[in-house]
Amino acid sequence: MQREEKSVRDLKIGESGTICCLKDPEMGLKLLEMGCIPGTTVKLNSRAPLGDPITIIVNDYTLSLRLDEAETILLKG
Amino acid sequence: MPEVLISPEEIRARQSSPQNRVPRIALIGNPNSGKTSLFNQLTGLNQKVGNFPGVTVDKKTGISQLTPSLKAQIIDLPGTYSLYPKSLDEKVIIDLIHNKKSEAYPDLIIVTADASNLKRNLLLFTQLADLGLPLVLALNMMDVAEEHGVQINVEQLQQDLGVPVIPMNARKGIGIAALKILASQQLTGLNQPFYKIPEELLTLVRQIRYYFELKNDYLALHYAHQYKKLSFLSDDDKSYIEDLLKENKFDSNTLQATETIERYTVINGLLLDSVRVVKAEKNEQFSNKLDKVLTHKVFGYLIFFAVLFLMFQAIFAWASYPMDLIDAGIGALNGFIHERVSGPLVDLLTEGIIAGLGGILIFIPQIAILFAFIAILEETGYMARVTFMMDKIMRKFGLSGKSVVPLISGAACAVPAIMSTRTIDNWKDRIITIFVTPLMSCSARIPIYTVIIALIIPERYYFGFLNLQGIVLMGMYLLGFVAALLSAMALKFFLKTKERSFFIMEFPTYKMPRWKNVGLTIVEKVKAFVFQAGKVILAISVILWVMATYGPGNAMENAEKTALTEAQKLNLTEEETANKIASYKLESSYAGEFGHFIEPAIRPMGYDWKIGIALLTSFAAREVFVGTMATIYSVGADEEEATIQQKLAMEKDENGEMFFNPARGFSLLLFYAFAMQCMSTIAVVYRETKGWKWPIIQMLYMSGLAYLSAWAVYSWLS
Repeated sequence: MQREEKSVRDLKIGESGTICCLKDPEMGLKLLEMGCIPGTTVKLNSRAPLGDPITIIVNDYTLSLRLDEAETILLKG
Repeated sequence: MPEVLISPEEIRARQSSPQNRVPRIALIGNPNSGKTSLFNQLTGLNQKVGNFPGVTVDKKTGISQLTPSLKAQIIDLPGTYSLYPKSLDEKVIIDLIHNKKSEAYPDLIIVTADASNLKRNLLLFTQLADLGLPLVLALNMMDVAEEHGVQINVEQLQQDLGVPVIPMNARKGIGIAALKILASQQLTGLNQPFYKIPEELLTLVRQIRYYFELKNDYLALHYAHQYKKLSFLSDDDKSYIEDLLKENKFDSNTLQATETIERYTVINGLLLDSVRVVKAEKNEQFSNKLDKVLTHKVFGYLIFFAVLFLMFQAIFAWASYPMDLIDAGIGALNGFIHERVSGPLVDLLTEGIIAGLGGILIFIPQIAILFAFIAILEETGYMARVTFMMDKIMRKFGLSGKSVVPLISGAACAVPAIMSTRTIDNWKDRIITIFVTPLMSCSARIPIYTVIIALIIPERYYFGFLNLQGIVLMGMYLLGFVAALLSAMALKFFLKTKERSFFIMEFPTYKMPRWKNVGLTIVEKVKAFVFQAGKVILAISVILWVMATYGPGNAMENAEKTALTEAQKLNLTEEETANKIASYKLESSYAGEFGHFIEPAIRPMGYDWKIGIALLTSFAAREVFVGTMATIYSVGADEEEATIQQKLAMEKDENGEMFFNPARGFSLLLFYAFAMQCMSTIAVVYRETKGWKWPIIQMLYMSGLAYLSAWAVYSWLS
């Protein structure tokens, strides 16, 4: 029924997406408070030299987070 | 005559509270919103660091002269993004503002907000406003906002928010005067809430509100969300709320999420009126360009190691000058006192108390230099990049990216290193880091390593420049590092925590450091070490001194007599005689008794009672080992290391073989690499973990590791 969901983890550097929903309730709250609101545009800014963690740009500021945290931010479409 | 007398002072004291006490103002804001700068501006050097009950969070308070006639106490609270705390540190905030009876309940809250990033900063503000607390909004970092092209209509914002808004720049002190005047007027605001509590929750909320006689619905909602974390509620109160929530099928997580989203909707609408962004971020672009180099796959790590090297160099080499000065100063002071007066009490003062104080003061240069570096790295934003680059590697060992700096600093000295673990928010990551840091070979181990390596390793060169002794010394450092990583990995499985490890954090843009903050960090850390860890160090120094100076019955006098007769027989010089007396006295003291007493226990490692004494005295600090060995072998404690080495090399065991053979040498090397022979570290772990549990576990673990490995290598080699 539902195809594989796309998350911030799957973005390429420089690529943007729109946040659809947050998967993990506890993690989600933290993300919401940091401004990752459904409907906001999020852009993958850079990756650490070893691929994890990453930095993303939301609401004009930069956040850094681990890949398994980024995975909980699902994208639209 | 009435039975109870009340003194006039008491009557005055009763009348004066609570109206006439110093009003309290709490500073609350997002991390990086300039809260600390504002706190420093308001209070200057009138700061005090205490503790919030039950948590390892510093409570910084200070006094600010708001107007010529009005003083206020300023409380600096940990930075937070919301009133639903995610870490133990943030919990102190709700504990403070939800408890009207709390001693530190604020009369006014100054909310600091980063003007360049108002949307996220206002989330916390709207929550506080809905709790009905009197607020002032300090719109900080206006200069950064302007650089980013953010224009804020302060008048409009003030109208929309319904509280005084002061645009300011705390770094440069702009707007402080206005803030002080507004704060002094103690404005109270009764406004429309930003967030309307949903109808279906109102019954529940009102029940809690009336039960606890609260003045505000939103405060009651907070009781429902976090009753478990409110330490001032009784168990009955908590179970009352718990039952109510179960009846109403209260889903805390989802409700918090919807509330946060709704608040952002309100904030978005609000800011539409008052904030306009006209040009793109210049600073962000600059930071991004810099990051291309500083977090590069190759250059990133190279630059990081260069920074580390500089830091190491500073702690090792630069600190040695002031340390030598302190050492010489203490020595001179003791010499000065000895010249004038003598007696057992004077010895207690010089060898016990002043020497103990010296042992505390000697760490100050290293602590100051390390924290100067750390503060600058934090302030500039580079620390976030280090964490970012190292996180993946460190996580394999149960540590986090933030453990890197404490671990590396541990190679200089574990005391400031453990103090620097404060930057790790997650409890488990922090405990593991604190636990393994003392395994890194610190500078105090160098004298022991060099003396013993010189005894057992021949001075041989490979390829003309690779010195075998140097290679072994490097191997000792490597061994410490590997032991730290493996211990962390093991501990990862034993430690359980309910607190989740979040890595998500704001990635700051690069900034120039604020030198005032750097200076205050140094002062604060040095003070914390001297006054808190210092007490334990001083106490143990005095105890050890007593043990090494006094013996049972008249053992000490007999020892002196025996030494004198022997010295006369051998026709020794005055200095040699004095050395012999010191040696015999130490043997007969309680410390000597202790050495004999533990000999059976340390024999498996190849040690005799003489080394036993050195183990005891070097518990104060490892480097004392060399001095004690010198005294026992009557060399005189101040001789050159080479003299001590010669003396030790001549020592024979019962079979007439060399006593310090490779087996005993390696056994000693391993013992000192792993054993927790440092009371300063124990004291600082006690201070940082707020209890004796962790220092005790750590000491048992490290001593066990030291004992077993020393025993294993001794039995293998002999």
